[in-house]
Amino acid sequence: MAEFTLDINGSRHTLDLDADTPLLYVLRNELGLTATRFGCGLGECGACTVSIDGRSLRSCQVPVASAAGRPILTLEGLGTPEDPHPLQQAFIDEQAAQCAFCISGMIMTAHGLLQRNPSPTEADIKSALSANLCGCGTHLRIVRAVQRAAKVS
Amino acid sequence: MAAPVMSRRAVLQGLSGLLIGFSLADPSRALAATVVRSGEPVDDKPLASDRIDAWLAITEDNRVIVYSGKVELGTGVETALRQIVADALDVDFDTTSIIQGDTALTPDQGYTAGSKTIQIGGMQLCRAARSARQLLLRNASERLSVPIARLETRQGHVHVDGNGQPALTYSQLVDTQVFDAVVEAGDEQPNPPRFVGRSVARVDIPDKIFGRFAYVQDLRVPGMWHARVIRPPTTGAVAVARLEDVDTTSIPEGVELVRIGDFLAVAAPSEWQAIRAAAALRVQWEAKYPLPDMDDLHDALQAANADEREIEARGDAERALSEHDNILEATYRWPFQAHDSIGPSCAIADVKNDRATIWSGTQGVYPLRASIADLLGMALESVRVIYAEASGCYGHNGADDAAGDAALISQSLGRPVRVQWSRADEHGWAPKGPAMVMALRGAVNAEGRVAAWAFRNWTPSHLTRPSSDAGARNLLAGNLARASVAQAPPVGGDRNAPVNYVFGQYRVSVHWISVEQSFLRCSALRTLGAIQNTFANESFMDELAARAKRDPVAFRLDHLKDPRAKTVIERAADRSEWIARVSPLREVESAGEGQRGRGIAFACYENEFAYVAAVAEVEVSDREGIRVRRVTVAHDCGQIVNPNGLENQIEGNVLQAIGRTLKEEVRFDPMGVTSLEWGAYPLLTFVEIPEVDIVLVDRPHEPPVGAGEATSAVIPAAIVNAVFDATGRRLRTVPLRWRGES
Repeated sequence: MAEFTLDINGSRHTLDLDADTPLLYVLRNELGLTATRFGCGLGECGACTVSIDGRSLRSCQVPVASAAGRPILTLEGLGTPEDPHPLQQAFIDEQAAQCAFCISGMIMTAHGLLQRNPSPTEADIKSALSANLCGCGTHLRIVRAVQRAAKVS
Repeated sequence: MAAPVMSRRAVLQGLSGLLIGFSLADPSRALAATVVRSGEPVDDKPLASDRIDAWLAITEDNRVIVYSGKVELGTGVETALRQIVADALDVDFDTTSIIQGDTALTPDQGYTAGSKTIQIGGMQLCRAARSARQLLLRNASERLSVPIARLETRQGHVHVDGNGQPALTYSQLVDTQVFDAVVEAGDEQPNPPRFVGRSVARVDIPDKIFGRFAYVQDLRVPGMWHARVIRPPTTGAVAVARLEDVDTTSIPEGVELVRIGDFLAVAAPSEWQAIRAAAALRVQWEAKYPLPDMDDLHDALQAANADEREIEARGDAERALSEHDNILEATYRWPFQAHDSIGPSCAIADVKNDRATIWSGTQGVYPLRASIADLLGMALESVRVIYAEASGCYGHNGADDAAGDAALISQSLGRPVRVQWSRADEHGWAPKGPAMVMALRGAVNAEGRVAAWAFRNWTPSHLTRPSSDAGARNLLAGNLARASVAQAPPVGGDRNAPVNYVFGQYRVSVHWISVEQSFLRCSALRTLGAIQNTFANESFMDELAARAKRDPVAFRLDHLKDPRAKTVIERAADRSEWIARVSPLREVESAGEGQRGRGIAFACYENEFAYVAAVAEVEVSDREGIRVRRVTVAHDCGQIVNPNGLENQIEGNVLQAIGRTLKEEVRFDPMGVTSLEWGAYPLLTFVEIPEVDIVLVDRPHEPPVGAGEATSAVIPAAIVNAVFDATGRRLRTVPLRWRGES
């Protein structure tokens, strides 16, 4: 066990943890930030995507030791019902969800895309999301939502 | 017998005691995130489905609580059910809320499955709400001494003589007692619908988008430990391994081991501890290797000692076929497929001496309760199962099994336990959609019509869900702890085996394969057997059309009488700008080296519910294989409750079914399933999705029937028919393989 200080959604948290604990379990179980989802634990599905230093990363593959001290953003830190992020508003406007288990990962991956490329083409969006899995088949709406968010942001 | 009269207060007290959302002072450290509903006992809530109070309650502030045994699986039914109740009871949509799937609170509506929630559950709720409204009017008439004819309801109030000022609220009319009345048969629609037929925004979406929605994976119970089950090294439809020995020196400090028969689990206070302990545990199994070589799967299914049952027959198809010298024969093969749940199954159980509470993403809280009561050796009344939404399941995935795991471990440890399945647990051990073989023979006559049609298939049961009959046998924990085999009534393999075409000489039969001969553990996956059977039937219809040198659209219309069936085919053809053709047209794509083609398929779900036709446009090339470019769907499910929600389901079924047709196949070797992660079981990705164009045929005066999975059924044949149109090659095995050779 060792002490780590994490900078998450603008707040600092100091926790005593095994250094190899994946960030995913720290977010979900130690901090109650459950929007970041366990899907495979193998970095294959994207459900656990968060932003670290502005890059979209799979939190199941990031040991807490390597995340310490770097700014981490999760879906909870993106926006609120009172002050939604344009991506969140666009997903609601497009009704871009079925079960929505994949959606926080989709939004966080799209967030990374829009940071790099504020005016993506449809092909850019599909390519950026191509390693995020959705089982319900909500892809068409997700693409439309990212397009809509790109227009307003 | 008079039903007990109960105060509304008792019902609402029971309720308020249940809605516990405890947030800690610092929400960012909400360690024990949320318990949506506690397991505290509730007495007196009426549950019998003939009582209005089983379904509805009016609160003191004139809001409506809907108790639904059908649950939100991520398809939007929570919103749709509230729309139905709001209209039937004549209240504002926003004043309704819903409590779903709880054996202590909601009536038993069986499983939420088969796209039947609106068709069956919605209509049950609708009748209860209409009965409640009639009762409110009768109460108002008595209270005001005004005949009912002079009363009307408007948005939760009763008005007299069309007066703009309401005389009474619904709440005032149930002030001293609950409804205490039976649901009547009345079918009258009170007023023109205000919510049904409109695209009311889904109520669950905002919380999901802001990360505030609690899935079963997010629930935490105070004192809860995390557990992982250690699975045998081989998988099969029956127990294929014996647990011989556990090296107890490999159990880390602070970790508990649970061993019951061949059921083995570790539990620890922290989830990461449990994961690492499960990986480190040294276990010795005696394993058998029960599976055939994958290449021999379909031959093995056809060779099974199966029970043949005739489903439908007209005329004498065998004799008619024997009189033709130009018979067409074709055999179609479908693989085992997995549920695509992005979140592996999870459950929490809190088993005490005298009662057990289970939180589960199950599709049926009552059947699961029966199986868990048997597993734990407890009385039915002592077990309460509470639904909590999980990742989309599309059928019987691992949700029930995870609940059984958690229950058994909690009972053994005497503390609340959360079991989160791994990706490999879900891919390897959750039930599979059955592999099937469909063999067709047919002939066309000189007039270009079908002269004879004979269908046979070989199918495992598509249903090994928990039930009171099956008890613990239909939970994985039960199989492992007691070395038992699942009970599988012959269900699902015959779904859409018959066709809606009218053929004079016609026979359909099904060979039911026993659990012991099914190789992998099978159960309900979206459409049950309808996707396999429709793949075969609609491919064969296309083969016969080509043999008759007729346009596939006209050929189908020619064999149909039902106008609703014809309408969806015509609408799909019109919208997709179908050009009459004799396939294969072999249209060469102008821009590249690929060939383009179009194919159509039609089905009426279960031969009596939703009508769906789809036109697929594909491009086939040696470089890219088969790409689906565009799918046009015409869909008639009677009255439409929520058009946007319906389109969402149709789109989802189109995309999921394309993945099932082109990519999805559970792979195995003699030891068991080898597709244990997404790399080995790929889903359709964003770069592979086509355009989807939907024509909704609304029939406001027809009852609403199940929508959604009906669309899945037609997609595979639409694609293979398009591939044939493009290339002249007929593919009969799913997933489709294109290697370019002709």
